[in-house]
Amino acid sequence: MPLTTEQESRNLLKRHRKARFFALFCAAITWSSVVLLAVLLYQVSIEGFRWLDWQFISSFPSRFPERAGIKSALVGTIWLISLVALISIPVGVSTALYLEEFAGKGKISKIIEVNIANLAGVPSIVYGILGLAIFVRFFALERSLISGALTMSLLILPVIIIASREAIKTVPQGIRNAAYSLGATKWQTTWAHVLPASFPGIMTGVILALSRAIGETAPLIMIGAMTFVAFLPEGPMDSFTAMPIQIYNWVSRPQEEFHQLAAAGIIVLLAVLLIMNATAIFIRNRTERRMK
Amino acid sequence: MSQFPDSTLAEQNLQMSKKSVLELRNVNIFYSDNQAVNDVSFNIRRNKITAIIGPSGCGKSTLLRSLNRMNDFVDGARVEGELIFADENLYGSGVDAVEVRRRIGMVFQKPNPFPKSIYNNISWGPLINGYKDSTDELVERSLKQAALWEEVKDRLHESALNLSGGQQQRLCIARALAMEPEVLLMDEPCSALDPISTARIEDLLFELKSSYTIVIVTHNMQQAARISDYTAFMEMGDLIEFNVTKKIFTRPAMKRTEEYVTGRFG
Repeated sequence: MPLTTEQESRNLLKRHRKARFFALFCAAITWSSVVLLAVLLYQVSIEGFRWLDWQFISSFPSRFPERAGIKSALVGTIWLISLVALISIPVGVSTALYLEEFAGKGKISKIIEVNIANLAGVPSIVYGILGLAIFVRFFALERSLISGALTMSLLILPVIIIASREAIKTVPQGIRNAAYSLGATKWQTTWAHVLPASFPGIMTGVILALSRAIGETAPLIMIGAMTFVAFLPEGPMDSFTAMPIQIYNWVSRPQEEFHQLAAAGIIVLLAVLLIMNATAIFIRNRTERRMK
Repeated sequence: MSQFPDSTLAEQNLQMSKKSVLELRNVNIFYSDNQAVNDVSFNIRRNKITAIIGPSGCGKSTLLRSLNRMNDFVDGARVEGELIFADENLYGSGVDAVEVRRRIGMVFQKPNPFPKSIYNNISWGPLINGYKDSTDELVERSLKQAALWEEVKDRLHESALNLSGGQQQRLCIARALAMEPEVLLMDEPCSALDPISTARIEDLLFELKSSYTIVIVTHNMQQAARISDYTAFMEMGDLIEFNVTKKIFTRPAMKRTEEYVTGRFG
């Protein structure tokens, strides 16, 4: 007797064909976005590459394209992202820990949870308006780096909180039980076991969130980051510009040369982003390895 | 008087060993509105192994977890009655649950080593509780007590997650022993292990009996019969019978007990 009848084998063939089709479909979708990205990058590099030299990185903006550079925007962005990380990581992770480990699972937690999820979808310009009203005006922080950083932190906090909560949720209850059964307090359990075990997941959320922050323009325009800055910020209270704003500014000028400068700016922005993410992923993988 | 010359000593030993470490008096446990344990009273004797047996959902794990206040973490769990340990009610108002868990250790159903090195798994508990001496010695002693030292002594600083399931469970026992608990609670410690690892842990429990008091919840009646001195049989939250293990398995007083231990149900 054959393993399968004719009817069955025809049916099986159809199912296999379906599976192959689905795999192909997914691959096509994946590659189409990769190709799109590659084309975009190619376009940008063709345009911007010949402007990309040390002079471009080490010069302040100028009316003359051949003398213009991205120095103040680059330093501004590094300042901004460092401050944003400094503010949003502790606040976001603490909030996530509180909601997961300490707060009860009552109605209020549920309301907070829904609200945070909704906040993640609010347009960034709205955060800009909020930042303008609260930080720039009400707290009179002026159009400074710290205003920008606080606004940007608000913008990415929901992402950090949600990702951190998910990471904390995946820590097996057994680890908590083990710690408690050894006479550990809640704090000792959280600090020594829950936090380290969820660290890789938290880092993933932080990477995503900071990557978003580094490219955001709208809230910074709203709170009034300057577009022409011929000095470097020396402290969080100084006014500043950032790379997306500088790029936006160059793109909106009529001269073709400035458009190419914008492309060069995009390359620098992407490079900074890559370095930042690579560092974060390196740290994450190292801790992940240590845990195994 | 007895025919043995050292009768007084023997009697004293008997007295000592009969002394209870933990006394359960009319213990009721609720999850929100459901009662999981009904009015259970019995004594847990020093340096003996007490087994709690019964069909699934009979409340035996719930009862065990109430002995070191691990139920505190379950939303809506409530314990009534008295659990007397060191002359104090474990649920009394002045009693700190953290202190209770320090003195009454626990080994869980699924091996749950910390994702850290073998060494750190053992030393962490004592360190956070203010242990000041050299932890090297403590780690070695605990691992030896748990019969794991020979297998891991050359890789103390490797991750505990690389160990086999049976080794992980013995590591968890060693971790609990490092705290030198007065009572060691075990919640079906062998249910996730193969027969060889199970046998090793049973041998281990036998040795540990001389210095520790052990309460073990088990699904496996042969295991209870093999290793325990006292057995509590529970059903539907009620304590049906509590007695010397031999009695429970040979001449039980209750019909339900007999039916269960002879495998007619459950």
